[in-house]
Amino acid sequence: MPVYFTKEHEWIRVDGNNATVGISNHAQEQLGDIVFAETPQAGRSLRKGEEAAVVESVKAASDVYSPISGTVIEGNPALADDPAIINNDPEGAGWFFKIEVTNPSELEGLMDEAAYRDFVASL
Amino acid sequence: MNRETHSGPTDETQARGTPYSGDPEGGAGTRPAELDKLPLDAWHRTRGGRMVPFAGYEMPVQYEGIMAEHLWTRENAGLFDVSHMGQLFVHGQGVDAALETLMPGDFQAAADMKPKYSLLLDDDGGIIDDLMATRRGSDFYVVVNGATKHGDIQVMQNRLPGSVVVDYMKEQALLALQGPRAADVLETIVPGVSGLSFMEGRAFQWNGRSLWISRSGYTGEDGFEISVPATGAAELADAICAHELAKPIGLGARDSLRLEAGLPLYGHDIDLDTTPVMAGLTFAINKRRRAEGGFPGSMRILAELQNGAPQKRVGFEVEGRQPVREGALVLDGEGNEVGKITSGGFSPSLQRPIAMGYVASHLAEPGTALKLEQRGKLFDARVAPMPFVPHRYQRKGAA
Repeated sequence: MPVYFTKEHEWIRVDGNNATVGISNHAQEQLGDIVFAETPQAGRSLRKGEEAAVVESVKAASDVYSPISGTVIEGNPALADDPAIINNDPEGAGWFFKIEVTNPSELEGLMDEAAYRDFVASL
Repeated sequence: MNRETHSGPTDETQARGTPYSGDPEGGAGTRPAELDKLPLDAWHRTRGGRMVPFAGYEMPVQYEGIMAEHLWTRENAGLFDVSHMGQLFVHGQGVDAALETLMPGDFQAAADMKPKYSLLLDDDGGIIDDLMATRRGSDFYVVVNGATKHGDIQVMQNRLPGSVVVDYMKEQALLALQGPRAADVLETIVPGVSGLSFMEGRAFQWNGRSLWISRSGYTGEDGFEISVPATGAAELADAICAHELAKPIGLGARDSLRLEAGLPLYGHDIDLDTTPVMAGLTFAINKRRRAEGGFPGSMRILAELQNGAPQKRVGFEVEGRQPVREGALVLDGEGNEVGKITSGGFSPSLQRPIAMGYVASHLAEPGTALKLEQRGKLFDARVAPMPFVPHRYQRKGAA
């Protein structure tokens, strides 16, 4: 399944019409100890670039933007009780939400994994 | 993802357009600040410190992580580099009486070698800075906040008589070793320090260098603050961190520790718009100064002491898990704005969000239920007594 990244450090893994969204390992490293995450409600319609979720570390609060337009299928129910999953497995079990993709062409312009790692290295 | 709000000791340059902010374009249009380097700059980088701009310096916000560093300090000993703070040596004829014209402390009766918390006040009773002043014989050693030190020096030089001289001790670094094992650790390096009691200081010799050490700090734990010549700071930091119970701790944990301890942070919880009475710092004004006045803003401050201030600094316990941070509004049951949050975050020791702020005095009783509003969202909160985590100062000197 192809995975893409945004300059704002979200990742999106695409599986047919559906996709899973989270924040990158670089993002969780920058945030530090995550103490709270709020995910979008199922059924919510999101536009590409819209604020979709909130993540807070001891130090700072951040918005997570949706990398793509679509309808939210579910938020990750595990994050409410154990937001540290995002630190421990940001690009796996620490996913934020699943979304039904409206317009797959919006994926064009996102970075693939190699381009994103280069982008992070350049920061 | 975008870093939106920060709690605690950060400044504009950290919040926008730095690698730490993860916001490559956020700093567009802002002038990059000229940052100084601490004497321990290379030492922090070698130890894995993540450097961020703060108070005009590049400073370590964390090493291994704020949560782990915070809990380490509560259980063992944490070494903080606070060399950004201003160390001043104030001396000259009549210095004690002269300082009383700027601050509400009783400097004439100040005992030798006993640091006193005091406040530099403006003519309206607003707080220009908070500081520690220690009489050393006929002179005073004063430690002020990093971000405010240059302004403080100017205020002192402008307002003190010509006979009083303010020397900025630029050549000194300042380290703090904090935590329940701090005395055990430091005693192995500087024998005799554990004989100090809380809020007592004196000079020590170490490897041919003079140290000024006081038993004091900003975490609510037992601990020491150590003034060391900058040229010897790395050697001393190495010696301390060679002890298995000591680790370097960043600014992030310094902020969460002081918040749990209920200690105000200048520029956030106290500033020119707050008075010592509003801020609950009236312990810094003794009986004689209350009777005699004669400090800046004394009319207003003495009236507030008599009649109460319209607002008070209080603690809040916030329901749920989401931190409520500086800038959030405090609302009463009817939705009226009755105050604001000045510091807030997630308490690593209590594993819950806590906050500090100002509220109308009639709502300042512990237990009072209030709402906090942050980014359009309401949070249930209760006024809580401070400190959130009990202080563990060693008042009689640990053996």
